[in-house]
Amino acid sequence: MVGELRQSTPITLNTFMRGIWSENPVFVMLLGMCPVLAVTNSVINAVAMGLATTFVLLCSSTLVSILRSFIPKQVRIATYIVIIATFVTMVDYIIQAISLELYKALGAFIQLIVVNCIILGRAEAYASRNNILKTVVNSAGMGIGFTFALLCLGGVRELLGNGTFLGFPVFWEGFQPWAIMILPPGGFFVLGAWLLLFSWLKQRQARKAQIKKGELAHAT
Amino acid sequence: MSTEEKNQIPSSIKPSSIAMIRTLGGIAMISGFLVVLVYQITLPIITENRRIALENAVFKVIPDATSRVNFVLSPDTLIREDAITDDRDVQGEKIYAGYNKSGQLMGIALEAAAPGYQDVVRTLYGYSPKCMCIVGITVLQSTETPGLGDRIETDPEFLANFNALDARLNTDKTALIHSIETVRHGTKTAPWQIDAISGATVTSKAVGKGLNNSTQTLLPLLVKHLDVLSQSNQGGIK
Repeated sequence: MVGELRQSTPITLNTFMRGIWSENPVFVMLLGMCPVLAVTNSVINAVAMGLATTFVLLCSSTLVSILRSFIPKQVRIATYIVIIATFVTMVDYIIQAISLELYKALGAFIQLIVVNCIILGRAEAYASRNNILKTVVNSAGMGIGFTFALLCLGGVRELLGNGTFLGFPVFWEGFQPWAIMILPPGGFFVLGAWLLLFSWLKQRQARKAQIKKGELAHAT
Repeated sequence: MSTEEKNQIPSSIKPSSIAMIRTLGGIAMISGFLVVLVYQITLPIITENRRIALENAVFKVIPDATSRVNFVLSPDTLIREDAITDDRDVQGEKIYAGYNKSGQLMGIALEAAAPGYQDVVRTLYGYSPKCMCIVGITVLQSTETPGLGDRIETDPEFLANFNALDARLNTDKTALIHSIETVRHGTKTAPWQIDAISGATVTSKAVGKGLNNSTQTLLPLLVKHLDVLSQSNQGGIK
């Protein structure tokens, strides 16, 4: 019913790449900042959180997309939340089964995936309006983009704050770790630095595109 | 946002209440099914993980222990945990007695807790009745600052405090002769003092306070049952 209207646009590479680059949930849309700042104090925590969120995002978006024509508009948010909460509970058990240590490190942030705006946002803005295949591709891109962003933060913070990467020492002996990088302020510093880099890259890209356009216009 | 996302859902006719109830009920049923399914699959693995974690902790704080027996220690009695049946509700502290290969009691693992910098720091420590001292410690739960407070788990200098931390009881066996206390880094002079980690004094103090509270209340109860404990090596969990 609703779905048919959107079938016209085909799946392109952009459907997937959008979440990683042009609409990256962390670096561009600035969504889900709570886990981004809180659990990125080490690479392993960051990746685990990213993967857990990706799993929930992928599963809930798929289910929302499958059921999109059955869900009355009036109860859609309630339905989405129940669906998301289901998958979060599942992830919670799965992580406990994989490693209790990891579960302890991620703490309450696993349960808080329920209220991560990336997931609800995807369900509302994309999954409820697009077919399953497109939703899966787009959500996978978003999930990978989120994991990538967490990895960017976690990598820098663990490297500078603890002198290690994935637990392996990287620096020479006698390197004094910058403990502040592991503390909450470090999260803000590193996030700020990455945002700066990303917006600089984007601006440069835009400027280049403009120059190229100008050259083309001149040539004709 | 691209064009496909800008398209609005066409306003449909107001759905009946039945449709809404059907949708929510259906989703709730699917959810319930999925959650129960995953719970059932992961439950044995999680229980096993917890058991291994506890076992490792007990064997870590009691050197040379190879088997353990769980007990429940209450103000008047000491009962083996596997002897407790469902209809008998026993209130008390869970303790773990560790035995070596030849069945000798090597030590008892007890829990301690005190508020730290962020939240409660829960530790498990090994008490050796032979030297009447604490012979090992491990952190069960802590949310202390990474890089500072969480060094209580890894700092070798700090952990060396617990190789033989004096916890002797006085002659009437009601309290410690010297209460366990945490002192500033580098000022430890007596065997009942804990040398704090510089930069993590609050967390170090929490460990000391937890140990002191726990030893002051539990050890007087525990020593009454040392005979039972040293003879309960049959059927220990290998």
